[in-house]
Amino acid sequence: MHPAKIYPENLLTGKLGIDSVPWHEPIIMVAGAGMVGGAILVLGLITYFKQWKYLWTEWLTSVDHKKIGAMYIILALIMLLRGFADALMMRTQQALASGGGHGYLPPEHFDQIFTAHGVIMIFFMAMPFVVGLMNIVMPLQIGARDVAFPYLNSMSFWLTAAGAILVNVSLVVGEFAHTGWLAYPPLSELSYSPGVGVDYYLWALQISGLGTLLSGVNLVTTIFKMRAPGMTLMRMPIFTWTTLAANILIIAAFPILTVTLAMLGLDRYFGMHFFTNEAGGNPMMYVNLIWAWGHPEVYILVLPAFGIFSEVVPTFSGKRLFGYDGMVYATMCICLLSFVVWLHHFFTMGAGANVNAFFGITTMIISIPTGVKIFNWLFTMFRGRVRFEVPMLWTTGFIITFVIGGMTGVLMAVPGADFVLHNSVFLIAHFHNVIIGGVVFACIAGLNYWFPKAFGFRLHAGLGKVSFWCWLVGFYIAFMPLYALGLMGMTRRLDYMNNPVWHVYLIVAMVGALIIFAGIIAQVAQIAYSIWKRDELRDVTGDPWDARTLEWATSSPPPFYNFAVVPEIGNHDAFWDAKQRGQGHPRPKTYEPIHMPRNTPTGLLIGLVSVGLGFGLVWHIWWMAGGALLVMIGLGIVHTFNEDRDYYVQPEEVKAIEDAYFARLQAANKKDAA
Amino acid sequence: MSSISGPIDGLKKELDSAYDHNPHDHHHAGDHHDEGPKVTLGFWIYLMSDCILFASVFAGYAVLKDGTAGGPNGRELFDLPYVAVETALLLISSLTYGLAMISMEANKLKGTIGWLVLTALCGLGFMGMEIHEFAKLIAEGNGPNRSAFLSGFFTLVGTHGLHVTSGLIWMGAMFVHLFKRGLTPQNRIRLMCLSLFWHFLDIIWIGVFTIVYLMGAA
Repeated sequence: MHPAKIYPENLLTGKLGIDSVPWHEPIIMVAGAGMVGGAILVLGLITYFKQWKYLWTEWLTSVDHKKIGAMYIILALIMLLRGFADALMMRTQQALASGGGHGYLPPEHFDQIFTAHGVIMIFFMAMPFVVGLMNIVMPLQIGARDVAFPYLNSMSFWLTAAGAILVNVSLVVGEFAHTGWLAYPPLSELSYSPGVGVDYYLWALQISGLGTLLSGVNLVTTIFKMRAPGMTLMRMPIFTWTTLAANILIIAAFPILTVTLAMLGLDRYFGMHFFTNEAGGNPMMYVNLIWAWGHPEVYILVLPAFGIFSEVVPTFSGKRLFGYDGMVYATMCICLLSFVVWLHHFFTMGAGANVNAFFGITTMIISIPTGVKIFNWLFTMFRGRVRFEVPMLWTTGFIITFVIGGMTGVLMAVPGADFVLHNSVFLIAHFHNVIIGGVVFACIAGLNYWFPKAFGFRLHAGLGKVSFWCWLVGFYIAFMPLYALGLMGMTRRLDYMNNPVWHVYLIVAMVGALIIFAGIIAQVAQIAYSIWKRDELRDVTGDPWDARTLEWATSSPPPFYNFAVVPEIGNHDAFWDAKQRGQGHPRPKTYEPIHMPRNTPTGLLIGLVSVGLGFGLVWHIWWMAGGALLVMIGLGIVHTFNEDRDYYVQPEEVKAIEDAYFARLQAANKKDAA
Repeated sequence: MSSISGPIDGLKKELDSAYDHNPHDHHHAGDHHDEGPKVTLGFWIYLMSDCILFASVFAGYAVLKDGTAGGPNGRELFDLPYVAVETALLLISSLTYGLAMISMEANKLKGTIGWLVLTALCGLGFMGMEIHEFAKLIAEGNGPNRSAFLSGFFTLVGTHGLHVTSGLIWMGAMFVHLFKRGLTPQNRIRLMCLSLFWHFLDIIWIGVFTIVYLMGAA
């Protein structure tokens, strides 16, 4: 077993040759064949059902924030499957390789799997999921018709997708990084990682990172400039607040990631010495820089998660959110503090007692605003009529799980304790505890909560509950043993263990992962079954949960212009108040023309060509990289000459769409009355 | 009173017209007229993220500044008078861009283009001098792979140079836009954003000049 071969460079194909594909690795070949086969099947089905034109005009070139959001979430779900396959392989390998055997994965493959797992789950599962929900929901919550820069939004999505494509190509052509998800040097430098794995890593993240940054600029501008009349900042729904906070963090943190990865790239491509051991380089600078991005990144993911729970809890408790102001201040407080804790990821660097004490204390301080939030959710539920619908189940599961994860985090914030626990599987248990319990639970709660809004029908509740219980039980069985193993001294990323005491814990952890797998199957089944039974699950009113914020005031799915008439806002539970006054669905007498952006393929094309840019750079195929870059710049410039970018929807068309909606509403009311 | 409020009103009007070419159009078409402020705010936010990008590169340079690995340091390499000319070119280009914007406010297309041409020439001169400086250093064996200090130096100055180059490409596209359509509201917004970008790069260069060259050569 040896890694994929790299050829001496030639002008035409760079370092790429026929043996760059690891033909002799059965696991990779089967996975690759599955991936390629799946892609051919999907493309074939689209062709067979003659859906290309529909797909092109309604989805691929769409600048509608709801559709772009849906595409982000589809990407996230696909990558969840890929990332979870990696997780299952790691769990089975460790279970097998701790009981006397050596397992079935050679070390260089195991190393790629844990790297790919981390990269995929953070950058291509959690990020697109969160950004997708923000895209679908936030403009509706503030009464906007789209985001500030719709074309830029489409480009952001396709750049993210391009990064995901590059990661998946690396599975079959060449290799992925062996370095762990943050690619610490000097291991990730050319001298220790001469293959193309780290290059795939660098360019996948640079390209998708650009998409994320642009999306951050876009969403912040949207929130500042496009709120409905009367919606002051302190009347914004909490999810919009957390979207604002997360995107401010994106704008402030992602440039640091760009620079850090660029420096590593310059080391690898131009022989520079930013992070090398020799010629004055400083590997610890990389670790500082990457965590100066990495810790805010944690909050980029978890703040919107908190926002989702802050919408779900009041809706299903039938009460106003307890402590709205406190929630806002806590969010912005976390936003600031997230930039002054990065060093707790490497207390063992040896920065000295005072520096470690400073970062230990700031880390503990973050638990205060987080605690405020937990109590606000609890007090919102207190004496409410709590309905345990699927989103609420995920929320209660979150509150308990996240508090446990938070407490183990505060434990590790003590530098002395961290010297013992650093890089042990205790840490692995901790961050899965907060990321699964916080971010993943929130994403699935949000998916169940807003799915009817985006697609016009609910997700099946029974299967949703099966999925929830499998995830919850599976999570505890999979990760509680890791806390114990960490305290016993087991470090992370081991592909072989000769301590027989650990074996039984790793078996239990594997069983837990299998239970989570059942939860994921239930999740996929829930979506498939709900699409099949969509007529029974139809949401006619646009307000299936008796909810409180503006996104529920329009039909499900909303018309492409979202709101025929933008409402006046007097309160952060705007829709609830309107319903109380009996004006939940006011019928305007006349309609005005609505200004809307036109679709454009430029974002899609730039995204697709950027795959060529990344691939060319990875394999040193300079003509391909240079050509792709020129085409991307050219496409961007040509797009500026197209000034026919928007149009007016005429009042007659608006009236026809709205009349149909009001007819459906009336029929539904009659049915309710009868 | 009017003597005080006069110029302020004038300034307000100027700002209004930069953002909104058609102030009498407000009653029409709800959301169309606020395109200008939206774009400039969005662009400004992007610039702030770019600022953090430069901050990170500056930080990297500051950490590695003494990592000369036995090679030359800034005092031995930097030619201050040469860099002073470079700096002057960039500062003058900021002035000429400002004059282009004044011409734009006065609705003078020819003046706008003329000042922009001067700006582009100064920018090209600056880039030419920078490339020449880089080529000379590399030819003397003091390229970016010589030491961590030189990696940091080439990356910081080169990142700024890449930005100036993008600004020049953008300016090139702007000439076509202006010849084709003149001072349309769209083009005014674009000129406004490019102006922000250009002055921003000037400010960054002040930092580069001070921290890299002045402090390095001292």
